[in-house]
Amino acid sequence: MTEPTKEVSPYDHQSLSRGAFIKISVVAGVGLTLGVSWRATQTPDLPFSDAAFVPNAYLRIDTDGSITILVDKAEMGQGVSTALPQMIAEELDVPWADVTFEFAAAHDAYGMMVTGGSTAVMESWEPLRQAGATARWMLREAAAQRWGISSELLATRDARVCAPDGSELTYASLASEAAKLQAPNKVDVKKPSEFRLIGQSLPRLDVEAKSTGQAVFGIDAGPPDARVAVIARSPVFGGRLRSFDSSAALAIAGVDEVLEVQSGVAVVAKGYIEANAGRDALVLDWDEGDAALFSDEQLYEALRDGAQASGHTVRDDGQAAQILNESSNAISATFRFPYLAHATMEPMNCTAWVREGRCTVWAPTQFANGPAILGGGARQVAADAAGVSVEDTDLHVTFLGGGFGRRAERDFVQEAAELAGKINGPVKVVWSREDDMRHDFYRPASWHELRATLDADGRPEAWEHRMASQSILQRLVPGWIPRPAARFAGKHDPTSTEGASDQPYAIPHVLMTYKRVDLPIPVGFWRSVGHTHTGFVVESFIDELAHKSDHDPYEYRRALLRKHPRHLGVLEAVAEAADWNSRPPEGRGRGIAVVESFGSYVAQVAEVSVQNGVPRVHKVWCAIDCGTVLNPRIVQAQMESGIAYGITAALYGEINIRDGRAVQGNFTDYQMLRIGQMPEVDVLLVPSGDAPGGVGEPGTPPIAPAIANAIFTLTGQRIRTLPIRL
Amino acid sequence: MASFSVNGEHREVDIQASHPLLWVLRERLGLTGTKFGCGIGQCGACTVLVDGAPTRSCQTPVGSVEGSEVTTIEGLAANGLTSVQSAWIEEQVPQCGYCQSGQIVSATALLNARPRPTDEEIDQFMAGNICRCGAYTAIRKAIHRAAELEEDRVSGDEV
Repeated sequence: MTEPTKEVSPYDHQSLSRGAFIKISVVAGVGLTLGVSWRATQTPDLPFSDAAFVPNAYLRIDTDGSITILVDKAEMGQGVSTALPQMIAEELDVPWADVTFEFAAAHDAYGMMVTGGSTAVMESWEPLRQAGATARWMLREAAAQRWGISSELLATRDARVCAPDGSELTYASLASEAAKLQAPNKVDVKKPSEFRLIGQSLPRLDVEAKSTGQAVFGIDAGPPDARVAVIARSPVFGGRLRSFDSSAALAIAGVDEVLEVQSGVAVVAKGYIEANAGRDALVLDWDEGDAALFSDEQLYEALRDGAQASGHTVRDDGQAAQILNESSNAISATFRFPYLAHATMEPMNCTAWVREGRCTVWAPTQFANGPAILGGGARQVAADAAGVSVEDTDLHVTFLGGGFGRRAERDFVQEAAELAGKINGPVKVVWSREDDMRHDFYRPASWHELRATLDADGRPEAWEHRMASQSILQRLVPGWIPRPAARFAGKHDPTSTEGASDQPYAIPHVLMTYKRVDLPIPVGFWRSVGHTHTGFVVESFIDELAHKSDHDPYEYRRALLRKHPRHLGVLEAVAEAADWNSRPPEGRGRGIAVVESFGSYVAQVAEVSVQNGVPRVHKVWCAIDCGTVLNPRIVQAQMESGIAYGITAALYGEINIRDGRAVQGNFTDYQMLRIGQMPEVDVLLVPSGDAPGGVGEPGTPPIAPAIANAIFTLTGQRIRTLPIRL
Repeated sequence: MASFSVNGEHREVDIQASHPLLWVLRERLGLTGTKFGCGIGQCGACTVLVDGAPTRSCQTPVGSVEGSEVTTIEGLAANGLTSVQSAWIEEQVPQCGYCQSGQIVSATALLNARPRPTDEEIDQFMAGNICRCGAYTAIRKAIHRAAELEEDRVSGDEV
């Protein structure tokens, strides 16, 4: 699973300050995971707080009894602003009702502040429980000192330290004394059998604010008198501004300023409508560049040629190529996937203010803080764009109206900070829906050619998968890939092949090749990344092989997954829940799929009908093994969410490119699943004792192949291109 | 000058009649609970009540609400949480939460028109409100729950 891990010395990179070292692991299935550890056992400075007891960067306890947990991950719906406090509250022994949270501002005390790859809970599992346990240890020690007895004799519960004689001290009353103690290096955390809050469906801490209009998203944040800017960006990807005439724009009431910025021409106005009117009145002359000659036709031709060319060998077990070339009855299939936009409900936006050499930013970002080798987190990007130092840049993280990987990009932060550095007063850059859809970092389009032979029992003997796509990693860190990942040297992007290179089926001969194709369309991480297409390819093709050899597709998978107990666990659970062997209701078909991604295992059965060529998903059974379950209700919600996201892509999702432009611009031509199309979803948790896996993304990959496999049972048609067109 | 009532308070705003109500609420009146999603009335994030009717405020010229009563998400809870909001919290509906102001306002209008809606009526009435997080199952459940809560509330008042 784990590809090479390399530790990069901090002294290679000027940008890494204060003894940080970065552990970079390119992990198949997780994409790019970065963890920053800090050499100093205690972080030298904590984010400013005037609370009485600040044992670490994650927690504040005050003398009035308030307990504030600092959340250093982005809340984009996946529930981190509940799950992370839940870990601390567990170890701290405080009642859930007493807990409040704030989003941590970008700060080195948190190391890398990136929320993606479904890693928030996985990465926080050890450090946050440790943070809570450390604070509890200090509060107990403070009580022991006050009472003059050994802390060993003291218990904690409900934000109190309790002595054997029944006397109690509240955490609030101990806060000031605890603050004077030296924090221990490491303390024991609870055993799973002692969990009181972990594993409970505790109410989310953000739900009331989100039900009353009080939650502050990026578009709501910052000074109320901030002016609003919209930016005219090149309609063609990579185009450059030749010249512009702003006189008509400036004549519009409410338009204050028009100025050139890195990404185009910014119109600064009193409000959004005025700014938009100003933008409409601009006269712009673009050098559209080479991309203007690029359309879908060129895209799929390049991808097809790439897949058929000799790519980089990602996996080669046995003699797959030889067997396939000598076979006269190989089964083959070609799959094709389009670009996809993220379409977060909240369009991109960011607010910034530069005054007296300090830059303050309010950003709905998945990547608040990070090292320069990754292009810097939002704080670094803002500092550079505003022309001030990182130390003079404060970046506040807001609620995110959806993320899905889009908000790991920092383009919108760069725009606001650059503009703030050029004008007086605070400014909020707001993207229209069309800006958002036409200037995304898209899920890469891809092309896959599959071939397989079967043995005498109908099981796959040889399996070949040749794939081509753009590389997200290559775009994200072009100067960096070759060095720590020299082996890949720009040839292989594991975030493209995850799920395929490591597909779990017991097949004696497997060959996978990957060809990176460089194209002028920006690509990025999109909920479940490579699994969005590899999950579809593997689960569709294995299903096809099962049918071709007259096997039940569930039993066929089971037989080939004997050595993968966690795959098997969810597969069997979902088959039982869906009563797989029963006949579906008249006019409906069932399809099954199982995909491991981001440390979790998910199997789904979809029950589908087709009427007048339109598929409809009626019911989905979903079994997930995500290791230790932190909050069952949130896991269930994330499965429903991932399924809705996956159905949307399967039935509707496609960004077409014409003359270097994204064709779709709004929900009229880039459709979203609506309430009437949402199937009934039954979620089964198949818990295991393992550490928590991700839940934000793993619900998405299996649904599209489960739907396509169901359609096959109804129409006999294999779906090999998404979105599904019958 | 636009003159209308928002959440029970009379407001006058010096602005062109064609200016969309959404941006008057958000930028001039500081009521940011109502959200911008698509700008063309397709997603429902900007839904408010105008004299009780669910209205896409991004497509509503402020001049057209002259003299009307506008209710936003902030105004619903003026006297404590409404049944819809309580049900939303009970069912833990919101994920990212960005669309939820619009969902709650639409659901409020639905229950005003149909105190006991069927699933089909919910699907039909709520079709204009997109939730990109796919919280639809929870939304449906919460609307049924809100109907129950409202009945209990009304019968409680009668007692």
